[in-house]
Amino acid sequence: MKILYFAWLRSRIGIGEEDVTPPETVATVAALVEWLKERSPAHAGALGEGHLVRAAVNQDYAGPEHPVGQNDEVAFFPPVTGGTA
Amino acid sequence: MSVRVQRDDFDAGLEIGRLSRERPDVGAVASFVGLVRGDAGGTAAMTLEHYPGMTERQLGAIEAEARTRWVLDDVTIIHRFGRLAVGDRIVLVAVAARHRGDAFAACEFLMDWLKTKAPFWKMEEGPDGPRWVDAKDSDDDRAKRW
Repeated sequence: MKILYFAWLRSRIGIGEEDVTPPETVATVAALVEWLKERSPAHAGALGEGHLVRAAVNQDYAGPEHPVGQNDEVAFFPPVTGGTA
Repeated sequence: MSVRVQRDDFDAGLEIGRLSRERPDVGAVASFVGLVRGDAGGTAAMTLEHYPGMTERQLGAIEAEARTRWVLDDVTIIHRFGRLAVGDRIVLVAVAARHRGDAFAACEFLMDWLKTKAPFWKMEEGPDGPRWVDAKDSDDDRAKRW
């Protein structure tokens, strides 16, 4: 599974991308977040800001109950701030 | 239709001209250009980060949604990323339609939705160093009007 981090999640975790192989019991975005938090204190800190973290699965926005699988691309990022004015 | 995500600047006049060239059915082109605003906080420049692939996908989806709501002949969306200084162009939305009502409405809809759906993040360079900008609830409110 390919994991991507953007903006301050990337700054705080210290990497923009990692390949991981969670157990099959990790079947939703919410379960994946909990599993990733075990990887390091930086992961736990950044991903622990639950109300500020958004997710996408295969480049579409996904809620906590969205399923995830081994071949998915899952991204975590803050609420978007595009455009201008 | 054309969706582009690029580091380089764009020529708004050229893009607007392209939308109606050899299209006698087009009666209206509405456009919006967003710029980096100089704020009181002393920000001189910012860096826009995005999610390559997802950005194009989300902009394409927003454009497709606009086409289901209004009668449009063509749409161009250009969004820049990378380091931008105060006064630089960030985004262009241009819509060609038969009538101005559809062109105006679709242009504003695209811009409002782009702000809440396109995966871009701003890092401002202020007097105290770089700082990630938080999203605004007012942007969500503007998008919900539609």
